[in-house]
Amino acid sequence: MKLKTILAATLAAATLAVGTASAEQVKIGIAAEPYPPFASTESSGNWVGWEIDIINAVCAAAELDCAITPVAWDGIIPSLTGQQIDAIMASMSITEERLKTIDFSDPYYNTPAVIVADKSMDIDATPDSLAGKIVGIQASTIHQAYAQEHFKGSELRVYQTQDEANQDLFAGRIDATQADSIAMADFVASDTGSCCEIKGAVADDPAILGRGVGAGVRKGDSALLEALNKGIATILADGTHEKITAKYFTTSIY
Amino acid sequence: MLGLGESAQLLSLSSPGWGANLLRGLANSLQIAFGAFGLGLLIGLLGAYGKLYGGKVTRDLLAIYTTVIRAVPELVLILILYYVGTDVINRIAAMMGYGRVEISGVVAGIWVLGIVQGAYSTEILRGAIQSVPPGQLEAARSFGMPPLMVMRRVTIPAMMSFAVPGLANLWLIATKDTALLAVVGFNELTLETKQAASSTRAYFTFFLAAGGLYLMVTLCSGVVFGWVEKWARRGQPSLKGAR
Amino acid sequence: MITLRALMQPHRIVMMVIFAAFLVWCGVSLRWDWLPHYMPLAIAGLWTTLWILVVTTVLGFLLAVPLGLAQAVGPWYLAVPARMFCTVIRGTPLLLQLWLLYYGLGSLFPQFPWIRSSELWPYLRQAWPYAVLALTFSYAGYEGEVMRGAFSSVAKGQLEAARSFGMPRLTMFRRIWLPQAVRNVLPTLGGESILQLKATPLIATITVMDIYAVSSRVRSDTFIVYEPLLLLALVYMVIAGIIGFAFNYVERQVPARR
Repeated sequence: MKLKTILAATLAAATLAVGTASAEQVKIGIAAEPYPPFASTESSGNWVGWEIDIINAVCAAAELDCAITPVAWDGIIPSLTGQQIDAIMASMSITEERLKTIDFSDPYYNTPAVIVADKSMDIDATPDSLAGKIVGIQASTIHQAYAQEHFKGSELRVYQTQDEANQDLFAGRIDATQADSIAMADFVASDTGSCCEIKGAVADDPAILGRGVGAGVRKGDSALLEALNKGIATILADGTHEKITAKYFTTSIY
Repeated sequence: MLGLGESAQLLSLSSPGWGANLLRGLANSLQIAFGAFGLGLLIGLLGAYGKLYGGKVTRDLLAIYTTVIRAVPELVLILILYYVGTDVINRIAAMMGYGRVEISGVVAGIWVLGIVQGAYSTEILRGAIQSVPPGQLEAARSFGMPPLMVMRRVTIPAMMSFAVPGLANLWLIATKDTALLAVVGFNELTLETKQAASSTRAYFTFFLAAGGLYLMVTLCSGVVFGWVEKWARRGQPSLKGAR
Repeated sequence: MITLRALMQPHRIVMMVIFAAFLVWCGVSLRWDWLPHYMPLAIAGLWTTLWILVVTTVLGFLLAVPLGLAQAVGPWYLAVPARMFCTVIRGTPLLLQLWLLYYGLGSLFPQFPWIRSSELWPYLRQAWPYAVLALTFSYAGYEGEVMRGAFSSVAKGQLEAARSFGMPRLTMFRRIWLPQAVRNVLPTLGGESILQLKATPLIATITVMDIYAVSSRVRSDTFIVYEPLLLLALVYMVIAGIIGFAFNYVERQVPARR
């Protein structure tokens, strides 16, 4: 009977996949949306990039068995607290707001926030020059928080991924975007990014922009936090961090 | 506009091309759609029987279930069920002394969409069961058939022809709803497409290709369900005269 | 209709008490302190959702009439494209259609510099025209199929009678054919409109600030996950309920032999 087979197959599929996984594996959450040059997919389906190399190096140094797990950036913190992943290493800045919900390891890189706009546009990174302009930002980022606080005179457009904002900057639908200087340096060097240039860094606001990028873990998961801190300290000390950075960037980003 | 040759290269199956990624995404989408549709049928069958023959409380609870699920956008339901669901399951597992339960993306997708599908198939199957002539059921019962056998040998075969068109529609909804899982970061066809598109900047090419794949699934399903309907209606008078 | 007496059965009273207890629990132990701060934004988002829903439903229906007519009685050079349009719209996910329109078209703009200096550019820059277009097409695709059935199901004798009285074709369409076809589809129109409502949150993925986008923003600002989603589900249920009642009311106003 057809119905029976369907039911049996469904139940079998459900039981098979719900089985408990190996207890020791640490699931490192990254954003499922490409964020070059830190993390992006190759056509083979593999994830590559600076941050992927760093994750592997940190896990090796901390002797953790890590599995890279892509989840939607917009829901990455709920995924962590909901136990779908164990740690976030997705270029997430350590901020006061986020520290209320999750814990962070020591930072493993740091990058200022910049404004990027079309070359022909005569603007800089100040609220005054951006007033009346359309500024694109990625949802759930420090840039969204910053723009909401400081660019009150601008029209803000919120994107699921920075990549979509870049695409719309290229298409001319937004006048400027605020994002990480490193990711943006990569973007303006690309074909699509040739329209645009970095107009300058925004004025610092440590309360919002935080103090560097760290690995996020659930509150109270101190064993994993210590292991990650140890791993980060090790790769910083033995030159692995530098070696990986040299593969992708010309300057240090720590 | 990209040249045709360039598009073909981007879509080729071997490595610089992204064709294999799209197909992998399609396989994932279909897997979830199959699972969700099956789970939905199971929930729907139980729900339909509950609505028709259940007690007052069962009926009211089922009415709430179908009304709520059909009024709230799938996207919102997926977010609620995805985040709350895994959280609750893990808490229950922890309470019962088990370790953390691992829920793969496929399973999460299947059960989230399955619950949504269940609400619709409850209504479809209820209508189909109701349209089985009561005389047939009475005849089966009068021969002393136990209830489960009546269901298996009489009700389900007799209602199939009424249920198939609605279920065919539901299956198409299942295949298309898998696209919504892209929003929670699950690697099905739509997200694979977006990743390929943003890596190559060939947005138009990839979205059109993915659209073609979805359309192919729809058209093939149409043919298959045509056969199923013919099979389910075997022995019944043709519909053509009735129209 | 639900009467007071139907609600006063013992098991329903128990269920209502449980539900009330759940509401109280939600009110007390979940966090709602963000609500006043985001209220203006939520109202603006609700307004966006509603106007996009109404505009796309009306436009979609207006487009569905010719689509249905072309498929039901049109010559093949109209019927085939109309049929293809409906098949493609119904056969692909709306999310994909939306992204194709927004990002796909967007990626072509830079190759045609004149677009940026055209009169339409201020609109092409916004996200809502794409949302309206995609949702209108979607509604028209689904409803076009329904209208095809409705047009073919109007009794032939009525049209013949109208013709025999010498009614011009347009009058016949306006006075006999269309009203009866619309009456036939009224029950499905309500359902389709609720489906349309359920499709609106997808436009948040192309940066339109609808009520769904507002709840996402609350989540990303405050890291409160469940409360905005629960409230959002409630808002959609209320709107769906209003649509359901409205169509029920209209249906009851239309005289019909039942």
